[in-house]
Amino acid sequence: MKAVTPRGESRSPSLAALVVALLFSVVLSAHPSGAAAPEGRVADTPDDWGTSLTLTWTYAGPPEEIEAFEIRRHAGQAQAPAAPAAADSIDMSFDTWGWALVDSAAPGDTVFVDSDLDGGTAYSYAVVACLGAVKSPSVPTPPARPERQYLRSATVNVLVAVGVFMALVLVLVERARRGADLFIRRIAGLEAVEEAVGRATEMGRPILYVPGLDPMDEVATVAAIDILGQVAKKAGEYETKLVCPNRDPIVMAVAQQVVREAYASVGKPHLYQDENVYYVTFSQFGYAAAVAGYMVRERPATNFFIGKFYAESLVLAETGNATGAIQIAGTDSDAQLPFFISACDYTLIGEELYAGAVYLSRRPLLLGALKAQDYAKILILAAMVVGIALAVASPGTFEAYRKLLQ
Amino acid sequence: MKRQGPVLLAFIIGMLMLIQFFTPNPLFLRIYNLFLDWKQVVLGCTLILGTWSLIRHHTRKIERKQENWQYSYVTLIGLAAMVLAALIWKTEGGPYTWMFQNMQVPMQSTMFSLLAFFVASASYRAFRARTFAATLLLIAGAVVMLGRVPVGALIGGSIGGHEVTVSTVADWILNVPNLAAKRGIMMGVGLGMTATAIKIILGIETTYLGKSD
Repeated sequence: MKAVTPRGESRSPSLAALVVALLFSVVLSAHPSGAAAPEGRVADTPDDWGTSLTLTWTYAGPPEEIEAFEIRRHAGQAQAPAAPAAADSIDMSFDTWGWALVDSAAPGDTVFVDSDLDGGTAYSYAVVACLGAVKSPSVPTPPARPERQYLRSATVNVLVAVGVFMALVLVLVERARRGADLFIRRIAGLEAVEEAVGRATEMGRPILYVPGLDPMDEVATVAAIDILGQVAKKAGEYETKLVCPNRDPIVMAVAQQVVREAYASVGKPHLYQDENVYYVTFSQFGYAAAVAGYMVRERPATNFFIGKFYAESLVLAETGNATGAIQIAGTDSDAQLPFFISACDYTLIGEELYAGAVYLSRRPLLLGALKAQDYAKILILAAMVVGIALAVASPGTFEAYRKLLQ
Repeated sequence: MKRQGPVLLAFIIGMLMLIQFFTPNPLFLRIYNLFLDWKQVVLGCTLILGTWSLIRHHTRKIERKQENWQYSYVTLIGLAAMVLAALIWKTEGGPYTWMFQNMQVPMQSTMFSLLAFFVASASYRAFRARTFAATLLLIAGAVVMLGRVPVGALIGGSIGGHEVTVSTVADWILNVPNLAAKRGIMMGVGLGMTATAIKIILGIETTYLGKSD
């Protein structure tokens, strides 16, 4: 790396450093000051794609005396003035020897992340404490090069967990494919689906299916659509009208396709009508009002509230309860669960929502994936037990108990 | 190909999104942001589809003179009035803003405020002490409700040198047994979400495509 003088002469970094040091030793004698110089360190910024460096510094003097810190950067190895000097002369010196002013920092700051750097170049930094007419630069940091990381270190544990879980899913899916008998516990809410559809058929009234309020990228909505497919199959078998009002147009398009395919799969494609799976409004309470109004006017015999819900959950569930419908709810919104539990006949709590379609379809491949969840839970519980044991056995805990007993 | 194409697409996109979470490579971040932009475009297009669905639903109801068909006129007129007001007088100020502020917002607030009555009726049903569990729920509910109001901090006394009031008991109920149950549920939810995502990425679950077998 070469520094260039104002005259355009090219000099080596060592020569430049020598000249700067000599120059500022003269400046120092001209501007004596008791101001402390910051101490800077530069290191590669972790978890980036090799385009930034992190500069940290300490300042021994009182921070209230400082107006700001200036951050100077030099590409390649170099030295900078290490003693206090007059502001204009030190700026000129830095500029002359290729130290670019990158940014400034507030007096209390101690970290600066310099981004958009060239990955192949090493950079040195100097932190300059600005004290009115005097500037006090740090000794230049040793040059550091931005390094490229391919993996975010904070996500390693997630990667391991996902890897283990994915392996469990694949192993158990393979076992299910080979015909292994996988036990799945009874879920009352899902056992009741057949009964609920049958009740609507006997009463000659429609089934209402509400697939939550969130868009298709919410996993709970995907689970709701999966269960809708199974409910629509049963409704098709019994030739019962299924109504599905939607809050999101994308969910509506997917729901229409799923219901159409479900009817076709049971040999009743003529039963499908687009107008029964329709869009209402994007407004949360507008949607709640429309669905509640439908329940009061049409009095469906069975209501399904499956998916992601918010404050409108109780409006829907209580209205359905008042109309005397059998109600099956399922959500992963923990805040809405108490409302559904108190107002509905059956509630799928959390993970049961995701098990719904698998439980109803009993497809072996999906059962394998469901079983993997159980094994993952055993692993998590084991980790928790080990963690609790280690926490209890730690010397600090014993000491705390001893103090408590005293 | 009609079946394999979407499954392959879901696999590729799913893997890209998964990798994006683990790597700082800006290319994956750009792809991620690109898909987010596309999602907005798709949403805009499907909004037209949704509006068309709403219009068809209500016009058919009027055509067939189904029960309560008169209300469909209200929906269609409301939809047309808002669209026309926005097109003619724009959305800043004018009749559109007036209708939004003075009609839609109060109606939404009314629906929201109905929650108070629904909470009362649901609480009455849940708190009927017919079983041991319901009695426990009733007691816990009463303590938590009392602990959330200022008087809760005044009821209680000193036990073994510790200040125990209804408020501290309410805090304990919320922070220990309640939070433990919530975390248990959330752990199951997390696993369920991950399993669903993996099933979709690997093409094991295809119901969302309208094909369950």
